[in-house]
Order: sequence, then C-alpha cells, then structure tokens
Amino acid sequence: MISVENVSFHYPGGAQVLDEVNLQIKDGEFVAIMGENGAGKTTLVKMFNGLLKPTEGKISVDDVDTREKSVAQLSRDVGLIFQNPDHQLFAETVTEELSFSLRNFGFKEDVVQRRVTSLMNTLDLDRYSNSSPFVLSGGERKRVALAAILAWDPKHVIMDEPTIGQDYLQKDRLRNFIVQLLSQRKTIVIVTHDVEFVAECKPRIVLLSHGRIIGDGTSAKVLTDPALVEKASLVMPQISSLMGTLQDLTPPSDIIDAYSAREFLSTKLKHVVGRKTSQGS
Amino acid sequence: MRFVEGFKFTRMDSPIHRLDPRAKFILTLGFFAASLMFTNLYALVIIFLAEIPGILLARTVSRWLRSMRGGLFLGFFIFVMNVIFGTPLASSLAFTARFFAIMSAFSFFFMTTSADDLGLALEQIHVPYSISFTFTTAVRLVPTMAIDAQTVVDAQRSRGLELDKGNFIKRIRNYIPILIPLIISAIRRSVELAEALESRAFGATENRTAIVTLKMRPADYLVIFATFAGVALAVYVYWFVKLPTLVIPIEIPRFF
Repeated sequence: MISVENVSFHYPGGAQVLDEVNLQIKDGEFVAIMGENGAGKTTLVKMFNGLLKPTEGKISVDDVDTREKSVAQLSRDVGLIFQNPDHQLFAETVTEELSFSLRNFGFKEDVVQRRVTSLMNTLDLDRYSNSSPFVLSGGERKRVALAAILAWDPKHVIMDEPTIGQDYLQKDRLRNFIVQLLSQRKTIVIVTHDVEFVAECKPRIVLLSHGRIIGDGTSAKVLTDPALVEKASLVMPQISSLMGTLQDLTPPSDIIDAYSAREFLSTKLKHVVGRKTSQGS
Repeated sequence: MRFVEGFKFTRMDSPIHRLDPRAKFILTLGFFAASLMFTNLYALVIIFLAEIPGILLARTVSRWLRSMRGGLFLGFFIFVMNVIFGTPLASSLAFTARFFAIMSAFSFFFMTTSADDLGLALEQIHVPYSISFTFTTAVRLVPTMAIDAQTVVDAQRSRGLELDKGNFIKRIRNYIPILIPLIISAIRRSVELAEALESRAFGATENRTAIVTLKMRPADYLVIFATFAGVALAVYVYWFVKLPTLVIPIEIPRFF
C-alpha cells in the first residue's frame, strides 16, 4: 500500500508544488493521476520511490517511510517508468538494457537471463534482442523502457505519461498489458493527460490542481463532472460529450467509454425498433 | 545538478550586471589567461581570490559557492590523476587551484551576462552570426541540459544504480549510464534544432539587423583598463619576480 499523509513539497528556493496531499493507494489498485501541467503529478510519483522526499508530511510504501530508505532500496518494490525512454536507455543491446537493473539489484546470472528472455517474449521485443535500443522506433524504445523496469518484477508500477508518442495500436497493447499486470495483483499508477485512454481503462482517478487533490473517485464520476474537469484543464471524454448531445435518449451520466455507449445505444435502438414494429403490426 | 545554477544568468540590478558584456568577457579572458600563465600555487590562489570582489559586487555568492561545490569532484579528480601520473604534490594542488580559478571566472561571467547580451556583443565585434548564434545557443542550452542530466540520474537511480557505490574506478564507471543517454539526447536535440532553424530560413540573408546596440560606458572602459593592467602585472611577475614555491615533504609512490 502506498500512503501519502499531509504531504507538502517545494523545491529549494522554489514555489510550493504539493500542498497537504492525502492519498491511499491499495495493493492491486489501478490509479490514474491527472491534472494540468505543473499540477505536481510527476513530483508526487517521484516521491513513491524516494527520488524526492516530502518537505512536510510522510509517504510510506508498504508501511516503510520513504525518508528512511534509499532510492535503490525503495525501487526494488516501486518501479518508476519515466516519460521519455531516451532518458534511461544506454546499453549496446536490448538484452543488456534489460539486464542492467537486474544486475544492479544483485540477481543471479541465470535469473537475469531467464527474466530477460521471458519479458522480451511478453513485450514482443525478442527479435530486437541484439539490436541497439537507439535504432528502434519511439514506441519500441518505450516498450524497452517498460520492460527494463518490469524485469525485476516490482510490486508497484508507476508510469509517467505512458501514452505519449504512442499510436492507437500501441495504446491498445499498453491497456491490455496493464490488465495483465493487474491480474498479477500489481499496483499500477499512471500519470497522464490522456482522457480517452483513461476513459477506456477506467481506473480510479486522482485529480490534482495547483498541488492539491481536487477530485478522487471512479473515472465515470470524475470525468463526467464538468466543473472538476475544467478546473484540472482537461476535457470530458468524447463519448461523454456525445452522450451529452443525446439527451432525448436520457443516457446515464456515467458513460465514458465506447463499450458502455454501444451497450446503451443498442438497448435503446432495440427498444425503438421494437416499438416501431409493434406500431406497424 | 544544482551546481549548474552557478553558470546560469539571473536578471539582477548590480554594478556587474550593468557592465557591457564585452568588458566582462575581456575581464574573464584576463583571469583565464593569468590562470594559464602560472603553475605556482600561491599565484593561482591570488588569482582565485582576485575574482571574489567581482562576485561579491554581483551579489551571486551563494550560486557561485554552489558551482564551486559542484566542481569539487572534478577538482579532486584532477588532483588525483596528477598525483597518479607523478606530478609533485604542490603542482597537483596548483593545477587544482587553476581549475577552480578558471571555473570561477566563467561562472562569474555566465551568472552576470544574459545569452542575448552575449550574442549582441559577439555580433558587434564582427563575429559571424552563425558562430555567435552557435555559442549563445550552447549557453542557453546549459540549464536545459542540466534538467536532462537530473532526469537521467533520477531514471537510472530508479533502476537501482547507486552512483556513490564502489571504489574510485567503479564510481567513474557508474557514470556511463548517465553520460550515454545525455550525449544521445544532446545529439537528437541538436539535429532537431538544426532542422527547425533551416525551416525558419536561418542564414537566408547575410546582413542581419539588430534592434538593440550595445554602448560602452566609462565603467566598462575602466574594467577593460584594469584587466589589461592586471594581465600586464601578471606577465611582469611571471618573468621578473621569483615567487616562493610550496614544498610538501611527502613522497608519493610512482604509479606509472
């Protein structure tokens, strides 16, 4: 469990980035942290593995105070995937890149080989095993960066802007992969602006604005609240906006994804077609 | 990476900030030349100390101290490498002092001179625009590179890399996962910048115009005069004055 208690943070000589944030993320939970640029999202998640320490308040991961452990110790349980893969890739081959953190954490060589091979298969990277990460496309580099973190099997996986620079197919793959990780009881926290991706994944949403939590709840609840969405400089999902224009059909206000919209519309259409048929006979 | 703050310009109102960038550049070059001239520890310490009044006048002491603190590792590295390769202790100390004197001079210049002023100054002394632009862009990119460097450090620490773990050689090797992503992203950024510049007709005309022109004031001439006088004094001392030398009675075993 990740517990954030009355956390405030400011950079030395800088403005307040986080202001009395309180948050509990349970094991196996899927949470999206959203908000405008500069809201403090990345700062907050950098505290989960101890890269930043709160100036006030306390963050604990599985009951361990992050101030008492080093980044290396905390990272064993909290894998943080950075937004830009180019900030972490350096090895000559993809295999070496994936082995790097496992060797840092002191895994035995046979375990390193086994995990690297297995991950490359899972993330469809096996054909690049001997390629340089730098010759891969943006989406592939992002997958290598993701694999490099998942290699040591952290209990909590934090992804900073995982959908940036990804095409629709990659996003779809990422969504399926998140589902797979959740089925392994991993905690997934994503930092994102991608409303459509969140609407499809339906995680719990924590909305930040100016360093404070302004909304916390299900995707359907948070993303359909026009005031909250506007305050966080987001827009409602397209499906919600579409449903908003179909007021005659009295759609429920919590429809945010294509699947629920299709369910609702097909029911309505069946109802309308059935009425017309009975009127005709 | 906070030591880069010691090379970052901040707009302030101080007698040093108000000086013409050309005068400050000549002053910096004066300190640089004097530092290169001597291998005597006392002379280099005096040059280093002579830079401090300017830093005090510019009211940038805390950021300058930060840059000095950031340079400690490199200074130590210079000292150790010199000792390893058989340079006497006193000379190794002198080379370290030279490093700090040069670093301090450039820290002083960049903390008090904006990239725009620097570009104007270079243009007005008829440096070709492509060269002055390259130079000022490099200066402008330093803070961005520092942010990148911090992000890379954070990303690798999150993968279990402990920079301060292991012996001296291991610690140096620990920096490979930091340097490679930094170099790669710098190359990528420079390619993108070059393409963006070409898309915006960079170099389409030979004669560029500038809305602002720099004008030297008496204080600027005074600084330039003082710099030449200082350099002349350094040359005189170098040739005609026998400086005391520091003797450290410790025998260091030769490694090579």
